[in-house]
Amino acid sequence: MSLLRTIAYAVTLPLLLILAWWLLTINSTNFFVPRPGPLASTFVDTWFSERFTTDVVPSLTRFAIGVTLAIVLGIASGLVIGTFSWVRRFCEPLLEFFRAVPPPVLVPVFLVVLGASDTMKVAVIVSGAVWPVLLNTVEGVRSVDSVLSDTCRSYRVHGAARFRHLVLRSASPQIMAGVRQALSIGLILMVISEMFASSSGLGFTIIQFQRSFAVDAMWSGILVLGLIGVLLSFLFHLVERRVLSWYHSQREVQRGR
Amino acid sequence: MAADPATIAMNPTPSNPRDVLLRVDGLKKTYSAQGRDVEAVRDLTFELVRGELTCIVGPSGSGKTTLLRCISGLLEPTSGSVVLDGAPVKGPPRGMAVVFQEYGRSLFAWMTVRQNVELPLKVQKMSKSERTRLVDQSLESVGLAHSADSYPWQLSGGMQQRVAIARALAYQPQLLLMDEPFASVDAQTRADLEDLVLRVRHQFDVTVLLVTHDIDESIYLSDRVVVLSSPPSTVREELEIPLPRRRDQVTTKELPEFAHLRAHVFRLIKRESGAETPDAHDSSSLATAGEL
Repeated sequence: MSLLRTIAYAVTLPLLLILAWWLLTINSTNFFVPRPGPLASTFVDTWFSERFTTDVVPSLTRFAIGVTLAIVLGIASGLVIGTFSWVRRFCEPLLEFFRAVPPPVLVPVFLVVLGASDTMKVAVIVSGAVWPVLLNTVEGVRSVDSVLSDTCRSYRVHGAARFRHLVLRSASPQIMAGVRQALSIGLILMVISEMFASSSGLGFTIIQFQRSFAVDAMWSGILVLGLIGVLLSFLFHLVERRVLSWYHSQREVQRGR
Repeated sequence: MAADPATIAMNPTPSNPRDVLLRVDGLKKTYSAQGRDVEAVRDLTFELVRGELTCIVGPSGSGKTTLLRCISGLLEPTSGSVVLDGAPVKGPPRGMAVVFQEYGRSLFAWMTVRQNVELPLKVQKMSKSERTRLVDQSLESVGLAHSADSYPWQLSGGMQQRVAIARALAYQPQLLLMDEPFASVDAQTRADLEDLVLRVRHQFDVTVLLVTHDIDESIYLSDRVVVLSSPPSTVREELEIPLPRRRDQVTTKELPEFAHLRAHVFRLIKRESGAETPDAHDSSSLATAGEL
């Protein structure tokens, strides 16, 4: 029942908007304005075909590899930087610099260095998505509770066990916030890297459609990207619920008191 | 109900009259803050006798927590030494377990009660069966056997502190250190926890050092009380508590000896807070010391 209600809440507004869109464009003859009916059939024709394997799958694969690398790299270096204050002081100015550089401008650089390869695209995704994870991890590590830290010391929980049971877990709310940002940045950079120099992928295909005036197909590509975004956020919530269940429940209890 | 001499002189120490477990010698701790040295602990020397429960009582801000952190090896003293069972304390030693005042912050929110108690044992690579035995035994003794699979934040404050005590007991320390362990719970819970500590220290045969600002609590719990001066701390007086070893919240506190000891310690602390430190901060600590 509550599941049905959740679904009802989630789909009502999109359905209303589609209805409004349909009514407004019912007599439209403008070539550039898509209509729901034709767009839907174009969507099915365009993406439920071999294009799924030639464009969607490669894009998502690069995205998955890039974001995974960014998360692993970000957490690992964030743990080191957050734990040792001298490393932090050493790295901080450089981190600020790299974080401030808008990742899309690195596409030409990587293009020169790595060529128009999958490696280049993955590198672009990593270079943008790593920062939110890294900086949030650093903050998370630094805000480990001092009493818990003392507790670990006095019970001789140190080294790997301390990282695993104390640092990583107490930083996990911040890390997850960083991962969430990394996902959306990664998606943006996936598209951008494919628009520059590519022969496959969603970004490439959407640009192709635009250049060949396949307006409905272009819009359908944008729809695909939006749906991927929704799916990612859904997956993220599933994972977050599992990883941070203690955190959300604890906060609910504290608020209730 | 008079003091039973047989139970008071219970320590079986034929050769050595004082079987010393911990010796604190000339302990001094000075903090440097903004180019200014703040002397928290000036010169402390005292001993803990194996099997005894000792309370350190002093006015608020008298460096009690600093002292406990130095003893537990969490903080390095400026000078002086702490020796546990013959071995100098350089870092947290295996033979000590600490129960902190902030129970809510000393338990892992992402672990169940059982996992919290088990973690220090797991890190020591103790066998699974031995761990389970110790965890079950200690949870049972603090009355939390039924809450083993709850999370700390699902429990009341008093129960959370019980978890922390269970974790300390399962660790099998020689010395149990408690830093104002009952300062953040309500009065009834506090009395229950005091009796719990008295019970488990016999059951687990552990020496206890408890820091408190509560004079009644220190006398009720202790075999020996160390009264600190106002900061920078020194030992103002060390006194034995010749009350029957079997304590009771009502009858023990009714004893004339109890009232006498209480008044004695109260005067010591009042004199400390009043005469030597005339500034406003310390007059507030007088109020705290005298609240009960």
